[in-house]
Amino acid sequence: MLSLIVFLPILAGLVILAVPSSQKQIIRMVSLLAAIAQGVLAVLIWQGYDASLPGITAAAGGAPEGSFQFIERLPWINLDLGTMGSLNIEYFLGVDGLSITMVILTALISIIGVLSSWPIQKQVKGYFILFNLLSTAMMGCFVALDFFLFYVFWELMLLPMYFLIGIWGGPNREYAAIKFFLYTLFGSVFMLLVMIGLYFSVTDPVTGNHTFSLVAMASQENYIKDAILGPDNVMWRYAAFIVLFIGFAIKVPMFPFHTWLPDAHVEAPTPISVILAGVLLKLGTYGMMRINFPLFPEVFQASLYVIAVLGAINIIYGAFCALAQQDLKKMVAYSSISHMGYVLLGLAAANTEGMVGALYQMFNHGTITAMLFLLVGVIYDRAHTRQIDKFGGLASYMPVYAAVVTIAWFASLGLPGLSGFISEAFVFVGAFSSETTRNVAIVSVLGIVFGAAYLLWSLQRMFLGKRKPDAAYDLEVGADGHEHIHFHDWKGKLDLDARELVMLVPLAVIVIFLGIYPMPVLGMLTSSINKLVEVLSPVVMTALN
Amino acid sequence: MFELPSGAEIQSIIATLKTGVGFFIPEIYLSVLFMLLIVIDLMVKGRKNNLLSAVTALGLAGAFYFIYQQHLLEAGEIFFGMYVLDEFALFFKYFFVLSGILAVLVSVADDQLNRQVRSIGEYYALIVAMVIGMIMMASSADLLMMFLSMELVGLTAYVLTGYLKNDPRSAEGALKYLVYGAVSSGLMVYGFSLIYGLTAETNIMKISAELALHGYDPLVMMLASLLILAGFGYKIGAVPFHFWSPDVYEGAPTPVTAYLSVGSKAAGFAVLMRFFYVAIPHGGEPFQDIAGMDWLSLLIVISIASMIYGNVVALWQKNVKRLLAYSSIAHAGYALLGIIAMDELGTQATLFYLLGYLLMNIGAFYVVILISNRTGSENLEDYRGLGRKMPLAGAALTVFLISLVGLPPTIGFIGKLMIFSALLAKGSVFIWLALIGVLTSVISLYYYMLIPLNMYLRESQQPDEGKEATGMVHQIGIAVLMILTIYFGLFFKPLLDFAKISSSMLGMTIY
Repeated sequence: MLSLIVFLPILAGLVILAVPSSQKQIIRMVSLLAAIAQGVLAVLIWQGYDASLPGITAAAGGAPEGSFQFIERLPWINLDLGTMGSLNIEYFLGVDGLSITMVILTALISIIGVLSSWPIQKQVKGYFILFNLLSTAMMGCFVALDFFLFYVFWELMLLPMYFLIGIWGGPNREYAAIKFFLYTLFGSVFMLLVMIGLYFSVTDPVTGNHTFSLVAMASQENYIKDAILGPDNVMWRYAAFIVLFIGFAIKVPMFPFHTWLPDAHVEAPTPISVILAGVLLKLGTYGMMRINFPLFPEVFQASLYVIAVLGAINIIYGAFCALAQQDLKKMVAYSSISHMGYVLLGLAAANTEGMVGALYQMFNHGTITAMLFLLVGVIYDRAHTRQIDKFGGLASYMPVYAAVVTIAWFASLGLPGLSGFISEAFVFVGAFSSETTRNVAIVSVLGIVFGAAYLLWSLQRMFLGKRKPDAAYDLEVGADGHEHIHFHDWKGKLDLDARELVMLVPLAVIVIFLGIYPMPVLGMLTSSINKLVEVLSPVVMTALN
Repeated sequence: MFELPSGAEIQSIIATLKTGVGFFIPEIYLSVLFMLLIVIDLMVKGRKNNLLSAVTALGLAGAFYFIYQQHLLEAGEIFFGMYVLDEFALFFKYFFVLSGILAVLVSVADDQLNRQVRSIGEYYALIVAMVIGMIMMASSADLLMMFLSMELVGLTAYVLTGYLKNDPRSAEGALKYLVYGAVSSGLMVYGFSLIYGLTAETNIMKISAELALHGYDPLVMMLASLLILAGFGYKIGAVPFHFWSPDVYEGAPTPVTAYLSVGSKAAGFAVLMRFFYVAIPHGGEPFQDIAGMDWLSLLIVISIASMIYGNVVALWQKNVKRLLAYSSIAHAGYALLGIIAMDELGTQATLFYLLGYLLMNIGAFYVVILISNRTGSENLEDYRGLGRKMPLAGAALTVFLISLVGLPPTIGFIGKLMIFSALLAKGSVFIWLALIGVLTSVISLYYYMLIPLNMYLRESQQPDEGKEATGMVHQIGIAVLMILTIYFGLFFKPLLDFAKISSSMLGMTIY
């Protein structure tokens, strides 16, 4: 089941390889079918998922897979290394509350991504092959439970992303693409070293061999005491935690490693922005929750304050930057940085409320930001500009668009009744109830104010009032005596067309529904988060020593 | 007073030689092939490039059979300790024959080489001669034999580099290669003579025993190691013995560049590993060193310098062959890391790395050749827009470059993984070396990606002249190399097992 959901897009990619490049519609349909099938599988997995099982790690003496579900575990590479024991790499997939949330999000965003790729005309075949490769890599990252496998998927994302930004992007795409590539690779090469170090430090409780299994790595009793990343080697454990954290933080992206993100977003085509903000950024915080924190819990406990402060900087700095942007897409990109800061703050709270809020915020940010970028794409398609001050009074001419924008904008600023509110509220409840992060949380609340400021201000400038003299569209009086606007070379429907509605309405429904009744998602992830908090808690660690 | 050997002594010498010949069959076979190629070149009239290349490729493939037969023999010394047969040597025999076959394949692809007015002549014979030389480098157990085989490889390489008679760059490259080669050989022989002075032996196993028995002056040993490293370092193209490589790589016919970058480099690694692993053991009593310095420290310095210099200087290259030349300097640095680990895992990692480098680097040069057939140029700027005109070649080159960076799922990633594993398995002593390794890999991403950047992200300035498409054989050739690069990045067990078996060397003292 999980293998299928991971590799379906690659299969679609192979099919597309055989289709002649002139058959654009077939290529699009194949990709869409694969994405929908992925979505169906995600729903099936969700239906079959038992939310009472926590996952995260395995109990001592219990099954080596712990309470993960939909497990697929096969030996992949077994090598005898002589004196060094043996090299064991497994094809090990499984989901728990952390990953299933992200699997559903990924499947959803993939469908949206394919739909929003419909208008792409340039090298359609190459585009969808790369898109499907990216889709496989993302899904693989979320379900891999073997560090080696995770790393392979993690790195596999880079090349398609590079080309997708680099070939189909905006004017400054070369710079943005290589910047994204270099930043992410810089983060992940350290991960490679830590991965090797962990391999030599951890043994499988059943076989006694070294292992890459993340489940085994998440239990501190599986570490060899004097190994390089064993409990005795405090210095190297700190170093490993820090470099892993930087590796994941680049992906989040966390200040001061965030500068690639605005560039990448501004240059990337709309569907790639949607994927990037909707799924890729979550890989950073997912990696922290799956790998970085549970493998080095004592270092995590020691760095709570630092992580919280970094989160707060993200929230406030991102909001300030967003406030200053003239380019709507850049504003949304900075708002992503700001909102991912809430995730970091929630993680730093290290209690159930905070962590639930963080994971829920990851999901909500995925859906909300996808909407934001789609909406930016809608107006860019029509006006060929994203300058906020080139618009004005749009609400009266494009009422449906304005309505959807309002939902998305308000969800993003955390209006009660919309999903973003619940997750941010949880984050703050968690952060306030933790002694360490309380002060930081107080400061971070300012972020909500600034967030409201840039969102409402842009809404006002674009949609309210009257057409500005230098606006990107002309005003015409139609035959019926009403005023209409006219974009220079836009032939399609003025307001949202059917394809755009198909993408936006479900997302809006999800955002509203999960704002009113969040339990479908919260219920799925709570037991895993409880377990994660337990694994990370100082009590368990002192018991071990 | 020199005494004539008695009859019985002569009998025993002959008997030793006779047994030795039984262990020497692949080399004899290849020598016959070498002469056959010269004879064919002399006897057959007209252009015979295709005939010669076919005979060479098939002949080299036939050598696999004779090498395979050697697995039945027991490891041992032959010809009075001049030469050895062991798993390590066998690995390199396969390796060099394979690299020879791939060199023939890329030579057939190269229009520039085949367009010469005269027939290609003894080109293929020289390729075979170089295979013989490299095999002998990997199997030599005696300082004299090492020197002779290195000179054999060197001399054939000089001629091959200057093979494009009408191209001044080719001649310049050959001359530079020769001059630098002569200097480094001279230094190396000086080092050998110091070792001989210390031990009065030329056989590396006897040298080792002698050093263990009588000890040595660490200063002399350090000097000798340094001088000998000049010779080996020249062959592997490591800093600071690399000065020849950019000009030679740029000037030589591209197939020769490809061949030198994998074959001659690997041969240098083979002889370096055998010499240092067997002859001059490392650390501990009774082997002394100067203030903690010994040849291993020299290797560490060379390796770091190569990784940093090669990767950084490559950033400014505008010519793809030069770019790959600097990249090959950097890769020499990575492969040295496995030797620095000084254990079985490290040796295994280095051998695997060389195998991976063979696949991906030949693959990259293969595509460079096909592109230059079409555009007549190796400049980065002329790669613009090629990705769409040559879809398969473009995709394959991207895979090879990704592999050279060391990203999964390619063989280059597994190579780097094994190298860094070997370092980290030593605990925390070599972590900083691994750090330099991974950071320079990040730098390398930038210049490797310049090629796909030009191929895919930029549009060509000139209209396409619509030259004839690449032949089917070469399409298949690059496709196979590309698939192997990915396949062994996912299912690398057979190659790693092979490398592990091959990491045992006759008379080795380190593990």
